Amino acid sequence: MGDDASMRRFIGRDLVLGECPARACVELRGDPDDASFVRAVRTVTDLPLPLDPGRSAAGLLASILWLGPDRWLVCSDTQAGSDLAASLRAALAAIACAVVDVGAARIVYAVGGSNARAVLAKGCSLDLHERKFPLGHCAQTLLAKAPVLVHLSGAEPTFEIHVARSLRDYAWAWLRAAASEYAAEADDA
Amino acid sequence: MSQPKRTDAGGRIDRLRVLRFQFDGRRYQGYCGDTLASALLANDVHLTARSFKYHRPRGILALGAEEPNALVQLEQGAYTEPNVRATQIELYDGLIAHSQNRWPALGFDLGALNDTFSPLLPAGFYYKTFMWPASMWLRYEKAIRRMAGLGRAPCLPDPDRYDRMHAHCDVLVVGAGPAGLSAALSAARSGARVILADEQTEAGGQLLWERYDIDGHPAMAWVASVMAELAAAPEVRILARTLVSGYYDHNFVVACQRFDSPRSSAHAPRQRLWKIRAREVVLATGAVERALVFPDNDRPGIMLAGAVRGYLNRFGVTAGSRVVIATVGDDGYRTALDLASAGVAIAAVLDLRVRAAGFLPQQARARGIEVLTGQRIVATGGRMRVSAVRVQPFAGGTIREIACDLVAMSGGWIPTVHLFSQARGRLRFDARAGAFVPGEAMQPVRCAGSVQAAWLLHEALAQGFAAGGAAAQACGLEPARALELPQVSEPEATAADVALAHRGERASRRKQFVDFQADVTLADVGLAAREGYDAIEHLKRYTTAGMGVDQGKMGNANVVALLADARGEAAGTIGMSTFRPPYQPVSFSAIAGMDAGELFDPVRRTPMHEWHRRHGAVFEDAGQWKRACYYPRAGETLHASVQRECLAVRRGVGMLDASTLGKIDIQGPDAAEFLERIYCNPVRSLAPGRCRYGLMLKQDGMVFDDGVIARLAETHFLLTTTTGGAARVAAWLEEWLQTEWPMLKTYCTPVTEQYAQVAVSGPHSVELLAPLCSVDIRAMPFMSVRTGYVAGIGARIFRLSFAGGLGYEIAVPADRGYELWTTLMGAGERFDIAPYGTEAMHVLRAEKGFIIVGQETDGTVSPIDLGLDRLVRSDKFFIGQRSLARPDARRADRRQLVGLLTENPHEVLAEGTQLVAAPCTLARVAAEPVPMLGYVTSSYFSPSCGRSIALALVEAGVARIGQTLHAPLATRCVKVTLTAPRFVGDSDEVLHG
Repeated sequence: MGDDASMRRFIGRDLVLGECPARACVELRGDPDDASFVRAVRTVTDLPLPLDPGRSAAGLLASILWLGPDRWLVCSDTQAGSDLAASLRAALAAIACAVVDVGAARIVYAVGGSNARAVLAKGCSLDLHERKFPLGHCAQTLLAKAPVLVHLSGAEPTFEIHVARSLRDYAWAWLRAAASEYAAEADDA
Repeated sequence: MSQPKRTDAGGRIDRLRVLRFQFDGRRYQGYCGDTLASALLANDVHLTARSFKYHRPRGILALGAEEPNALVQLEQGAYTEPNVRATQIELYDGLIAHSQNRWPALGFDLGALNDTFSPLLPAGFYYKTFMWPASMWLRYEKAIRRMAGLGRAPCLPDPDRYDRMHAHCDVLVVGAGPAGLSAALSAARSGARVILADEQTEAGGQLLWERYDIDGHPAMAWVASVMAELAAAPEVRILARTLVSGYYDHNFVVACQRFDSPRSSAHAPRQRLWKIRAREVVLATGAVERALVFPDNDRPGIMLAGAVRGYLNRFGVTAGSRVVIATVGDDGYRTALDLASAGVAIAAVLDLRVRAAGFLPQQARARGIEVLTGQRIVATGGRMRVSAVRVQPFAGGTIREIACDLVAMSGGWIPTVHLFSQARGRLRFDARAGAFVPGEAMQPVRCAGSVQAAWLLHEALAQGFAAGGAAAQACGLEPARALELPQVSEPEATAADVALAHRGERASRRKQFVDFQADVTLADVGLAAREGYDAIEHLKRYTTAGMGVDQGKMGNANVVALLADARGEAAGTIGMSTFRPPYQPVSFSAIAGMDAGELFDPVRRTPMHEWHRRHGAVFEDAGQWKRACYYPRAGETLHASVQRECLAVRRGVGMLDASTLGKIDIQGPDAAEFLERIYCNPVRSLAPGRCRYGLMLKQDGMVFDDGVIARLAETHFLLTTTTGGAARVAAWLEEWLQTEWPMLKTYCTPVTEQYAQVAVSGPHSVELLAPLCSVDIRAMPFMSVRTGYVAGIGARIFRLSFAGGLGYEIAVPADRGYELWTTLMGAGERFDIAPYGTEAMHVLRAEKGFIIVGQETDGTVSPIDLGLDRLVRSDKFFIGQRSLARPDARRADRRQLVGLLTENPHEVLAEGTQLVAAPCTLARVAAEPVPMLGYVTSSYFSPSCGRSIALALVEAGVARIGQTLHAPLATRCVKVTLTAPRFVGDSDEVLHG
């Protein structure tokens, strides 16, 4: 398996695995008690900064994922990474914070369908039950031996798995192996 | 092929589905629903194994996990699995199993000589016999292993799939017998997330084979209705064929689930390891029956009474045709009555108690079964199968011989407290039950049913309901609506006198087994106690009682009782030896799960990996990274390739994939102050747009990591770290920021993965790059950084080189790395550009004397030792400063970095070669040790120098420059001259630029 450009996809019984198109991602660091910081982020993203662990905010322009008490991931499907970073930097110019473009650092795999939780449970020790990990939740954890960011999002709830670009092949090979028992009958070879 | 011992009807088997199987090469038939053990018994096969030490013929003894005898080698070749209990193997068509620990055959085993000479093999035999001379143990061990082994481990790679599943629940119920089912039901009705795990193929526990009525119907109808309700509950997960093997801290429980047959589907796993985190646990693990101790109590055909009843009622198998039942309680009569109902002749019921007046004994007598009270077995006959017992009243008197082909023994019941004990729960001796039961719990765990010595069905049901409800409530859930306990009709039972179970015959010279699997006898326990091994943990190790793969599930109770008798104390004061996970062996394959083959360890690849692969790169592992090591052309050796790549860099231009280098983005108003404290060299004075080599030390003043500090703006830095140190350094920075200097407004973000980085090195690098760059790179001073475009890609351009000489490094977002690389390779064609790998990089940097952290350093090397003290600023605070200021840090005889030149320029010393003062060989040194003055840290053939070069750490090395030392090899000695650690000059381009 190489760094091929083609998007990876697998459809099984009540299960869809796929690689998401590249998206803009910016890591944002700052002081959540600094009102001007929170306001400036809101101006750019039209979103409130999520302050509770594991929560996210999603809007039309962007989504913001909580990564730590002073750390967030701002993602956008509609803007280029450099533009997103530039507009945040401009809005936050006078504030002590950090805006770092990390869009190229990651691959995002989507795991959807009613068997998604079972596939992820093979490598993730977190409780992903809907009572404990509802729509919009995110967490940094391990999937098998790969550090990942797991985010449950979308109208049709789908787990998005952010993984380091260098682990793209490993993570896909693992997902495919974990999903193999849900292979559609036709693929049962 | 008939199944002679199968009843005409009854049992939970599907008589329409015939399954064929082989045992020891002979073909048999069984039915769907059988275990291997029940199918063998249906074919009147009792003899299934040879015992561990004495190679005595052994038969199937029990019904489940406690089986000590019938361990078989399941399947063959790659699928084989040793030491599997025949009682737990679900029969499938085509199953092949073999007996173990016999040669040449089960019926004729030469190892049985051990039994003949057994007086020479007492308890502690190995300790007494093989201790001297100590050097001989390695030889004895081989022979002993061959004699005493059980099954054989597979030699071929496992072709099956295995995986692992994490699960979370409010209430985990272990065991799906009456107590477990009622616990699961009451917890589920509270709305709890419940996991019900049971090792059997179907739920019911003892109800699968006991004849009870619940609510006026056969008990299995109640089981079916409960299972239907649980299956329909959305938050209940039922795990059948799942054996809970380990109970760890924080209610973390590990269980192994097996799927029907080894080769059912290419995609389904064969076994799955469950890692369950439960808020509350209910253990309804039941009990196993206790064996009786009497002379030659291990002959095939001597079984546990409950097991005999189980084989009859669950599998429709009569294990014998003329049966003697020996019992210490009313339980044995159930077996007698059930067998009699099935038309099996009962030769006698031998009740060891003086009085047998309960409901069940009366029933037996009413059926015309002969009941002998106050008597015990004093001898048994038969070799491959029991043929008779001799019985005698305790009070003495005539010995009577009773012919039989099956002895069913019942010594009371032993609660299965293993998991409770693993959970650090204390055990309590229950005198009424004559057994250890769960006492004080140390984790949120409750017990219900016969594990609590609640032998009666209505007790078990009531305890289960209560425990399940309480567990749900402890999770903050509302208790379920009023639950009505099912009504049970069961005969009253009088108490068993379990103290009679282990008495044995003190006078008998025959073996009386206590632990069947470890071949430990009544005499062994007595001997051990007399020899002073009279603490339970000592006795266990001295006699090996309880050390078989069954961990003494059945035998331990009698061992403790016998030791108590020997010490004249109560069993409660003796205690139990510690139960440790696993309750039952778990295969390594299940533990490894999917983490095998390509998923064994993650492989990290750079964005340019595919190019390297297509161009024949040989990769090396750098942590999890695959790095191109060298790019051999057709027919080229490693040496030739590296020499060519080095010369390309020194004379033309070469390109290295440096993407694996750790990169950390540092921002904030206090970023400069923070880095000033982290690095031993000055950082604040670095001007924006400039770079500097930086050394990080640990508090002990020793080198921790190195890299380049680039100041991108007043409050913005980018650090590089070693490839292997990226995560370590990021954690180190966070630790200091979060725990020591939270007042510093600084943010660190690891960006290793964000950038692909290419090192373009060599005199032609500037000509190659200049036309592609949006900034004037000729104007860039050494150790500087600019932001611009390279080949139309937004990039950071660094002027620096780890290879030494003229060079640039280009960093672009990782998703453009492949494009950058191929563009530069294309543009470099007219300069005859060569990709170079890590091996050439190592040679090039060594020529310049640049260190590699982890190669020239090992955590005990300071910057002073490396000759880098000129980088260290003494007028500021930094981590390691105080340690570096100690006089010891400047001791003249510390090992210091030097260069080495061998006398013969073609001699390349091995890295790690040691250096001594006078010529000698390793053979000499072995006889007459001499002080080691240092060792080689790096060693290469340098094409630029046309000779070998090496770096070394040598005691007082700087003072010895110009002197010669000697490197002793196996048979000769190499003379080396110490030099400054730099072989290719470029004095204007020193490290700190």
